[in-house]
Amino acid sequence: MKRFLAFVKKEFFHILRDRRTLLILFGLPFVQVLLFGFALSNEIKNANIAILDNDKSLHTQQITARLLSSGYFQVYQNLSSYKEIDQTFRKGVIKMVVVFPTQFSYDYEHGRTAQIQIIADASEQNTAISLTNYASAIIQSYTTSVAGSIAPMYIDVNTRMVFNPELKGAFVFVPGVMTLVLLLVSAMMTSVTIAREKEMGTMEVLFVSPLSQWQIILGKVIPYLALSFVNGCVILILGVFLLELPMNGNLLLLLLETLLFIFLALSIGVFISSLTDSQLVAMFASMVIMLLPTIFLSGFIFPIESMPKGLQVISNVIPAKYFIRIVKNIMIKGIGMKAVALDTLVLAAMALFFIGLSIRNLKTHLA
Amino acid sequence: MRKILFIVEKEFKQIFRNVVLLRMMMIAPVMQLVLLSLAANFEVKNLKIAVVDQDHSTFSRRLVSKFQYIDNFKLTGFTPSYKLAEEQLLLDKVDIVLAIPAHFERDLYRDNRSGVQLMVNAIDGSKAGIASGYAATIIQDFNGDIRIENVPMRKGEVQQVDIVNQYWYNPRLEYRTFMVPGILFELLLLVGGLIAALNIVREKEMGTMEQLNVTPIQKHEFILGKLIPFVVIGLVQFTLGLIVAKFIFRVPMEGSLLLLYVFALLFLILCVGLGLLISTISDTMQQAMFVAFFMLVLFILLSGLFSPTENMPQWAQWLDTINPLKYIIEVARNTMLKGSTFADVRSHFFALLAIALAINGLAIWRYRKTV
Amino acid sequence: MKAVITNKLTKKFGDFIATNAITFEVEEGEIFGFLGANGAGKTTAMRMLCGLLTPSSGEAQVAGFDVYTQTEKIKQNIGYMSQKFSLYEDLTIRENIKFYGGIYGLRLADINDKTAGILEKLQLQNVADALTASLPLGWKQKLAFSVAMLHQPKVVFLDEPTGGVDPITRRQFWEMIYEAASRGTTIFVTTHYMDEAEYCNRVSIMVDGKIQALDTPKGLKETYRVDSMDGVFQILARGTSTK
Repeated sequence: MKRFLAFVKKEFFHILRDRRTLLILFGLPFVQVLLFGFALSNEIKNANIAILDNDKSLHTQQITARLLSSGYFQVYQNLSSYKEIDQTFRKGVIKMVVVFPTQFSYDYEHGRTAQIQIIADASEQNTAISLTNYASAIIQSYTTSVAGSIAPMYIDVNTRMVFNPELKGAFVFVPGVMTLVLLLVSAMMTSVTIAREKEMGTMEVLFVSPLSQWQIILGKVIPYLALSFVNGCVILILGVFLLELPMNGNLLLLLLETLLFIFLALSIGVFISSLTDSQLVAMFASMVIMLLPTIFLSGFIFPIESMPKGLQVISNVIPAKYFIRIVKNIMIKGIGMKAVALDTLVLAAMALFFIGLSIRNLKTHLA
Repeated sequence: MRKILFIVEKEFKQIFRNVVLLRMMMIAPVMQLVLLSLAANFEVKNLKIAVVDQDHSTFSRRLVSKFQYIDNFKLTGFTPSYKLAEEQLLLDKVDIVLAIPAHFERDLYRDNRSGVQLMVNAIDGSKAGIASGYAATIIQDFNGDIRIENVPMRKGEVQQVDIVNQYWYNPRLEYRTFMVPGILFELLLLVGGLIAALNIVREKEMGTMEQLNVTPIQKHEFILGKLIPFVVIGLVQFTLGLIVAKFIFRVPMEGSLLLLYVFALLFLILCVGLGLLISTISDTMQQAMFVAFFMLVLFILLSGLFSPTENMPQWAQWLDTINPLKYIIEVARNTMLKGSTFADVRSHFFALLAIALAINGLAIWRYRKTV
Repeated sequence: MKAVITNKLTKKFGDFIATNAITFEVEEGEIFGFLGANGAGKTTAMRMLCGLLTPSSGEAQVAGFDVYTQTEKIKQNIGYMSQKFSLYEDLTIRENIKFYGGIYGLRLADINDKTAGILEKLQLQNVADALTASLPLGWKQKLAFSVAMLHQPKVVFLDEPTGGVDPITRRQFWEMIYEAASRGTTIFVTTHYMDEAEYCNRVSIMVDGKIQALDTPKGLKETYRVDSMDGVFQILARGTSTK
């Protein structure tokens, strides 16, 4: 045991000595939280639009003014012909063109249906939809204000945004970033470290030492467990204090779940390194098998319900999916052990599965 | 110049010898392109909706039935009380609850107005926004229906504007048309940048670097010799990706293919150069991996793939002026979907060229033959 | 012209002085043994002479070129073999030779001739297209030496070339060294096998970054009144440890 502790200590110092890696290890979550918190938003502000006003009347000017005063749009260019629309879109600066046909005012004031065309550059599909929705709503509000009366039999829709009334993005990305960073640090770091020792031939030296094989693996893994745990806590603190995420549930439960998830990530790392002794392959495998699928298939960014059926099935083997759900349930909804029991069980089973596989691989490796 | 060829030959031999890695380098990006493009969908579908109907009137039943026939919603059932509905929200059994109060129909007839309540699980704010938008539209539709049935209107009395929305370049609003070009270049950056980042540092770890450093090879010969093989491999990956984009996802190719290849080449030179720069300043593969990873995550998040760059705060937009992924994704969308010509994307070309030259220059300068 | 000239050549890493003002000369065509315990500063000195490390102070010339300003010229004229096997394990023997031949600017025809020569001399024809990783250590070292000699350098630096190699292969290795020296190549070799020191024309012994003795093996044995180089080394090493 004493020998083992000394070994763990040595591994620790080894990691702490590499300042650059440490800096990134702890810098990465910081930067990600900041970026997600403050830089990424799907909110539309001052989108560049162009106006093609063939009517040039009071109504068209007032509608244009209303569009601009909303803060969503700014006029980048005034066009004079329909042909110019394609040309300007190709430069990629403007996102939307509002076209008023000649006679717009005449039609409008004489009770005919007056037409406005909103042409959006849908190569950025999301933005296109939001912009046309905003513009339509603004134009509609203009016509109601001109009409000046409330429609009869009006149904009022009162929408309550439960759990996140201010619709903060942080509620989604803090659990997501935390999951990503924990996976990255734990699984990638361990798989690459162990593969490195094997590649350099230093693993054999360790294997003939009086430490058992499992002590060696554990010794390599424990420092990363500690580092990841600290990292997880840092992200939680940033989330709660900087981004004002609620902490409605049991903190102890959350920390225990975090430890379980780190343990799972580490066992995946050990598993990968039991398959290969090339750092390059270990790294690439960690990336390809874990990283991108975690971002895309875990429900972190893209909703799982909208995926094709096949991918929904695949998403069930992505550990991150369960952990993200657990974190949201505990932190935001504040529900307890019973609600997260099933997800916890899945994570634990996955961890056992990977440990079992690694044991088998390592044994055959030695035989 | 001749020496560069020897390095290129040697790199290719090493790459082709590492079968596992080669396979991963060729197959993984294509698979990922397929899978991720299928997954990358912000569309909100299959929303589970529960109804608390306390009115039990014709109107309330008609309103509920409107939700049943819309693809976006899946009616999970009726819940007798608010409390139970809230609990279902809590346990993720439903995404949205429609509550119709008692006297809903009576109020509409008598007071000319009434209200319904929507409770939306808003942990994912953007999804909640879209979901409540859909629901509100359905309710408004219903509102229009009953208004036409019950309130007689005289023609020509109301001033009306007909708003026609047109979605150019992607009329069916396909997510994939929009995501695939972006994901394709993201993968090129990821694979090219990472493999290159690990390359030189691997020679350092293996000790072969020292042997090279006592030869009279020149710095630029060395960096170029390393650059060329990975750029060539990147172009192969790019071609595979384009085939997938074209034949699996039916992404249009409006612009010039040649122009796209010119940009891809420039972009790859940049990515691989970045990887090599990271490699020259790192001591171990682990370090290189992490530095590379850090930069790639930054580039990807700020690239406009997940959220439009125009919406970012000023400081993030400043950062973005050196983000190669941002430029190339814009170029890819513009040429593939809109048919932009070189003149349209000229500024992007020079920005990428400047970054590529700067990074490769730095890589050559930072590569030290002496300690 | 001397093959190597150094004058008070020094390398410091922070406070630690790895090589402390060493001064010596190596004649052309000489086999110069560079002895010392582990950590005595041999490798540092050698790396400075090869242009891999910039000295902290002092002067040195290799093949007539200055180690500060003309490192690239030096590299054209030297061969180097490090302690660690540093050919590409994932290339075949033939490919390794071709690659280094190319890097030194040899013509393709020359490379082919040299390859045939090396394969024949080392009797590796049958495994020419096998991966270098599959060779036993002794063969690897002989191959590395041959590759270091590809471009017929004026001086070749060998850093513990025979570490971990069996005695028969060591003997063969030294035969290769003699042959190279007889063709006029200067050999600068570090070792900690004292019997190998006997094969050198002259030997320097480094202790704690300084050169404590420099003479022919015969001269050293006479000075210290012992009958083997091992004895010389014991005295010098113990001498400093009691200081």
